[in-house]
Amino acid sequence: MTQATTQPQTWREWLNTDTPTSRAHARAVAAWHGWLRLKANHMAMVGLYILLALLAVAAFAPWLAPHNPLEQTLSARLAPLGTEGHVLGTDSLGRDILSRMIFGSRITLYIVALVALIAPIVGLLVGTIAGYAGGWTDAILMRITDIFLAFPRLVLALAFVAALGAGIENAVLAISITAWPPYARIARAETLTIRNSDFIAAVKLQGARPLRIITKHIWPLCISSLIIRVTLDMAGIILTAAGLGFLGLGAQPPSPEWGAMIAEGRRFILDSWWVATMPGLAIFTVSLAFNLLGDGMRDVLDPKEGGAG
Amino acid sequence: MAIAEENSGGRRTSPPFVRWLITALKTLGSVAITMLGLMFVTFMIGRVMPVDPVLSVVGERASKEIYDAAYHAMGLDKPFIVQFAYYLWDVLHGDFGMSLLNARPVSEDIKRVFPATLELASLGTLFGVFIGVPLGVVAAVKRGSWVDQLARVVGLVGYSMPIFWLGLVGLLIFYGILGWVGGPGRLDIFYEDLIPVKTGMILVDSLLDGNWTVFKNAFSHIILPASILGYYSMAYISRMTRSFMLEQLSAEYITTARVKGLPERTVIWRHAFGNIKVQLITVIALSYANLLEGAVLTETIFSWPGIGSYITTALLSADMAAVLGGTIVVGLIFVLLNIFSDLLYKFFDPRAQ
Repeated sequence: MTQATTQPQTWREWLNTDTPTSRAHARAVAAWHGWLRLKANHMAMVGLYILLALLAVAAFAPWLAPHNPLEQTLSARLAPLGTEGHVLGTDSLGRDILSRMIFGSRITLYIVALVALIAPIVGLLVGTIAGYAGGWTDAILMRITDIFLAFPRLVLALAFVAALGAGIENAVLAISITAWPPYARIARAETLTIRNSDFIAAVKLQGARPLRIITKHIWPLCISSLIIRVTLDMAGIILTAAGLGFLGLGAQPPSPEWGAMIAEGRRFILDSWWVATMPGLAIFTVSLAFNLLGDGMRDVLDPKEGGAG
Repeated sequence: MAIAEENSGGRRTSPPFVRWLITALKTLGSVAITMLGLMFVTFMIGRVMPVDPVLSVVGERASKEIYDAAYHAMGLDKPFIVQFAYYLWDVLHGDFGMSLLNARPVSEDIKRVFPATLELASLGTLFGVFIGVPLGVVAAVKRGSWVDQLARVVGLVGYSMPIFWLGLVGLLIFYGILGWVGGPGRLDIFYEDLIPVKTGMILVDSLLDGNWTVFKNAFSHIILPASILGYYSMAYISRMTRSFMLEQLSAEYITTARVKGLPERTVIWRHAFGNIKVQLITVIALSYANLLEGAVLTETIFSWPGIGSYITTALLSADMAAVLGGTIVVGLIFVLLNIFSDLLYKFFDPRAQ
């Protein structure tokens, strides 16, 4: 070993070493190299910058927004773009569109974050249990997955929201219910390949119980493919959430959700086009950013699929 | 579906008939289970709905006796599983219950609105195929060229843009500003009810009737929503075509064909494209199924009286029978198209066997 002779001096050298000294060190090196590859993908970086900007906007919304997003000024209703004090104009109740969009970013992030947590975790649970248990458990769980997969997503989400009642939390629930099956499929496929590998047999011989094998040895190996899928799914989640909001089934007025803002502006589309167009641009930008980043992440974390798509 | 399989089994001589039959039965079985599950889900959704189904039938001011009688007549005192069996029985007979809005059978409503969606989704898929397939092929053949970049941008935009917003902007530009297309709805009011209803699809009906004025007007109304749906279908189809073609073009038989001195056109269209036809048809079937879903939002924007706007209108007035009926029909078509594409793959692509 050459550790003694080449004592790393800088962080960069420590991260670039080909002889890691500990498990944590090895992980840090792998993450650093992944980051370097992602950094080389310009489009992915554009996506990342947009999302960081969105996070900042959401975090500092009260300081960034020029007006109160709920404050109505009926004398200044439907003011066009570039009006003094209202850069993006005002809506039919005289509310500042820019401020509403800034506060709306919080709702969008809230929905996306919740769905991106719930759906993969449910999918991971179902998929690993089905894959590890096999037999009847597998057959039943996978049939249920197939049934949910067989439904068109938006229509199923619509039916669920109809039953549960409109609102952000119910929209999150409905989208999660329709979004988990693909994760279950992925997790099951990964589990099947891992289950028969030698190290699992070794762990079994040491006396590990199924619960420990699944949580400690199978889950960590499923995570990376789930992360890729989540990033690629984010855009779809945003679009579904906006669609529910547009139909009046997501966030309720007067909350400044982007889809609901488009629905409000729809009535004035021919005369006051900016009311509906501006929030749409925001939705488009954010889901485009997620798509760009997702493509880049896939290339980094899963090199075998890169390039062809 | 089973008949089609047996026919294709009869034409091919090599695999034994029995194997086809088993595959057919297995497929039928899995369709049945999926459909059963689908109906169970819709049944459950109907049950968690916080609206009392009896009250919505008898009204708020009904006496206790009338309420109890209706409760009994609707079978709500029976065990859960029996209720599900009743529900299943009704649905299998095409009975989705009564719509609360207009007190007519939901199945009749769906029959009336469905052709509008079919017309829209079919035209959209046509656009998607006729532009998407050539775009994907050229993008794969000239990898890295401007066509390839264009295909990439088209795909990215298609996956990132909310369809209802694109519809609104399209309406603003092509109807509001330029005046090139007809506005929302299927026809101008003036032309409504001028032609006899045969298929329910106005383009087809007006052609059958030989009425060109109505056809032109209907076309000016459908062109925008159909192109917008078609754009999403094109984004998907071109992306898949490109990756299928890339896979073929890197195969050795393509090199052989080129070495033999075949013209590039023959190599690409006869050899490589010939091998992706089955895959393409399955992709087109899937994109067709997805368009039915995209139609929900597009129809709302364009006031298109199809199954999508039927479901959303019913939703907003808590008309649960109509929502679930619509959901089951869309789900059924979705499942059938999926299975159709699966079967195509299994029977016509030897690699999948």
